[in-house]
Amino acid sequence: MSGTIRSYGVWILAAVLLLILPYIFPAGASITTMCLIGIMIIFALSYNMLLGQTGMLSFGHAVYYGLAAFVTAHTMNWVAKNGIAIPLPLIPVFGAIAGLFFGILFGSVSTKRGGTAFAMISLGLAELVYSSSLILRSFFGGEEGISTDRTKLLRLFGYNFGPQIQVYYLIAAWCLLCVILMYAITRTPFGRMCNAVRENPERVEFVGYNPQFVRFIAFSLAGLFAGVAGSLAAINIELSQASFVGAAQSGAVLLAAYIGGVAFFVGPILGAILVTLLSIKLSDFSEIWVLYFGILFITIILFAPYGLSGLLMMHAQFWRGPIGSRITRLLKLFGAYIVALIPVLIMLAGAILLIEMIHHVAQKSAEGANMHFLRRNYLTVNTHTILPWLGGLAAMIGGFFAFRFTWPTVASAWHNALVDAQRSGK
Amino acid sequence: MAELIIISTLNGVLYGMLLFLMASGLTLIFSMMGVLNFAHASFYMLGAFLGFQISQWAGFIPALILAPLIAGGIGAIVERYGLRTVHKNGHVAELLFTFGLAFIIEEVIQMIWGKLAADYRVPSFLDFSAFTVYATNYPAYKTFMLLFSIAIFIGLILLLTRTRAGLIIQASLTHPNMVGMLGHNVPRVFMLVFGLGTALAAIAGVIAGAAFVTQSNMAALLGPILFVVVVVGGLGSLWGAFVASLLIGLLQTFAIASDWSLSKFFSGYFTPARGTILFDIWTVTIAQVGPILPYLLLVLVLIFRPTGLFGTRDT
Repeated sequence: MSGTIRSYGVWILAAVLLLILPYIFPAGASITTMCLIGIMIIFALSYNMLLGQTGMLSFGHAVYYGLAAFVTAHTMNWVAKNGIAIPLPLIPVFGAIAGLFFGILFGSVSTKRGGTAFAMISLGLAELVYSSSLILRSFFGGEEGISTDRTKLLRLFGYNFGPQIQVYYLIAAWCLLCVILMYAITRTPFGRMCNAVRENPERVEFVGYNPQFVRFIAFSLAGLFAGVAGSLAAINIELSQASFVGAAQSGAVLLAAYIGGVAFFVGPILGAILVTLLSIKLSDFSEIWVLYFGILFITIILFAPYGLSGLLMMHAQFWRGPIGSRITRLLKLFGAYIVALIPVLIMLAGAILLIEMIHHVAQKSAEGANMHFLRRNYLTVNTHTILPWLGGLAAMIGGFFAFRFTWPTVASAWHNALVDAQRSGK
Repeated sequence: MAELIIISTLNGVLYGMLLFLMASGLTLIFSMMGVLNFAHASFYMLGAFLGFQISQWAGFIPALILAPLIAGGIGAIVERYGLRTVHKNGHVAELLFTFGLAFIIEEVIQMIWGKLAADYRVPSFLDFSAFTVYATNYPAYKTFMLLFSIAIFIGLILLLTRTRAGLIIQASLTHPNMVGMLGHNVPRVFMLVFGLGTALAAIAGVIAGAAFVTQSNMAALLGPILFVVVVVGGLGSLWGAFVASLLIGLLQTFAIASDWSLSKFFSGYFTPARGTILFDIWTVTIAQVGPILPYLLLVLVLIFRPTGLFGTRDT
C-alpha cells in the first residue's frame, strides 16, 4: 500500500502543483514563461529517451519538433477552414502522429549505426530538412512561416483558448501526460533494453535482441513526444517557422537535457526549467548571454558530467539516519559550500567584467568609454581607464586561487559527512 | 558550354581542396582519438578572423603564417586541458565538449568582431586576372588558393609517409599502446595532431576567408558539409576524405551553374497545380537544390554503403 501511495503520490503532487502554479505566479509574463517551460520539459525528456536512455547523441532532434509544429499549423488551419469538429486540446495528437511518422521515416535511415556515425547522420538529416524549408515553400511558408489561429476551432465547454492561462492548462495537462508516459516507458522491459543498448550493444546482440531495432523504436517514440512538444509550441505562439527545425533549436534541447543531467529521469526536467528561465532572464543583463550559456555547458561537461540532477543525487547518500542528524549533516556541508562559493563569485564577477569590457571596446566604441555593467545604470565602468581592467583581472585570478585555498575545507566537510552518514547506518 | 565546364571544374576542385584541408585534419583527429571534432569548422572560422585581423595589422603573408600557428596552439591547448579531461567520461562527453566549444568560439567571435561580415579582402598583390578561359577571367588569387592547397596536401602526404614524425603518428593511429611502450609520449602526439589538424583548418580559413565571406556564421554553414565529407568518404579514411571532398566540391559547383528543373525537363507533359508541394519540387532549379545535394548524397551513401566510400570500420 505504501509503495502504491509513493509511486502515485509524486504524480498527484505534480498535478496539484501544475494546477496551483498560476495562482502563485499570476503575472502574465510568468504564465508565458511557464508555458515555454512545459513545452521544453516534454521536448527535453523526449530527447533524453535518445541520449540518456539509449545512448544516442542526436544533433537534429528539432526536426521532429519543427515538422510536427508545421503539421499542427496546417491541421489547425484545415480544421478551422472546413469546420471539422475537433477541439484544440486534441490537436497535439496530430503533432504526435506527425512526429512518429517522421521519426519512423528518418529513423529507418539513421539508426542503422550508433555512436559517432549516428550523431553525424542526425546532423546531416537536420540540415537536409532545414535547407528544404527554403525550397518547399508551400509547406514551410518561406520566411514568414505558417501562422494559425487557435481560437477558430471548435469550442469545448465555452473555452476558446484565447487567453494565455487557458493555453497554460492545456500545455500543463499534455506535459503531465507525456511525462507520465515517458516515465512509464523507462520502467517497461523495452526501456530496460534501451539502457542495455546504451551500455553494451554487443552483449544485447548476444542475448538475442537486435540493437538496431531497439534504437529504431526508441528513436520513433522520441519523435512522437518531440512531435507533441512541437505541436504545443505551434499552438502556444500560433505560428510555425523554419527556425523550429533549425540547428539552434536542436542545440537548445541538447543543452537543456545535458545541463539538467541525462543519467536521471528528472534531469531534463530540471534542465528545461533552468535553460528556459536563463534564456529569458539573462538577456536582461547582457547582450552576450549566449556566451555565458556556452561556458556553463562546457563547465558542466568538464566538471559535472551527470549534470545538475547528478550533483543533487550525490547528496542523497547523506540522507540517512535520524532526521535531526540528517539536517545538521547537510547544514555543515552547505556551510563549507558557502565558504567556497564566495571566492567563486568573486572570480566570476571578475571574469564577466573582463568579458563585458572586451565586448564593449570591440563592438560598442561608438557609445563612448562608459559601460553599464550588467545593464545596470548604477554600475557604470569607464573602459578607457586601467583600473577596471586590473580590478577584473585581480578578482578573477585572486578568486581562483582563493577558491583553490578553500577546496580542502569542502573536501574534508564532504569526508566528515560521509563518515557520519555511514556511522548512523540505514 | 566548354567555358562553363572548365571554370566550374576549376572552382569545384578549388572548393574540394579547401574542404580537404579541413577534412584531412578532422579525419586524422578522428582516427587517432575516435572523437569527431565538432568544433573543426570553428577553427576554420577562427583562422579566417585571425587572418583578417593580422592582415590588417601586418599584411597577408604574416597572417598566412601566424593565424594557423595561433589557431593550432589554441587547438593544442584545448586538447591538453579540455578533451583529455573529458576523455574518461567517454566519447559522447568528448563529442559534446567539442559541440560546446563550437558554440563558445562562435560567440567569442561575435563578441569581438560582431555579427556582420568582416571586410577581409584579397591582398592587392594577388588581385589581378591570372588567365582567361574563352571570355572569363580567372582571378590570380583563386589560382594561388588552388596551388597553395595542393602544396599543403602534398606536404601532408610527405609528412605522414616520409618523415619519422609521420611514421610515429601513423603507428599511434593503430597501435597507441605499442608506440607508448617504445618510449614515445603518445598523449603528446595526440596533442600535436590535434594542433596540426586545427592549424590545417585555420590555413583553409585564412585563404578562403579573403575570397569568400568572413562572417560569424561561416562555421555553422560549413560544419555540416564537413561531416558529410568524412561520413561519405568513410570515417577515418584519409583517401576517402580526399575523394569525397573533391566529389562534393564539384557537385556543388556544377549545381550552382545549372538552371535545370523538372518543369523544364517535362515542360510539355505535366504541370502540377500552383501552391502545392509537388509544384515546389517541380519548379525548383538544380542551383536552388545545390545546398541540400551533399545531404542527399549522405542519405544515399548511408542507405547503400553504410561504411562510406572507403571506410572499413563501423563505429
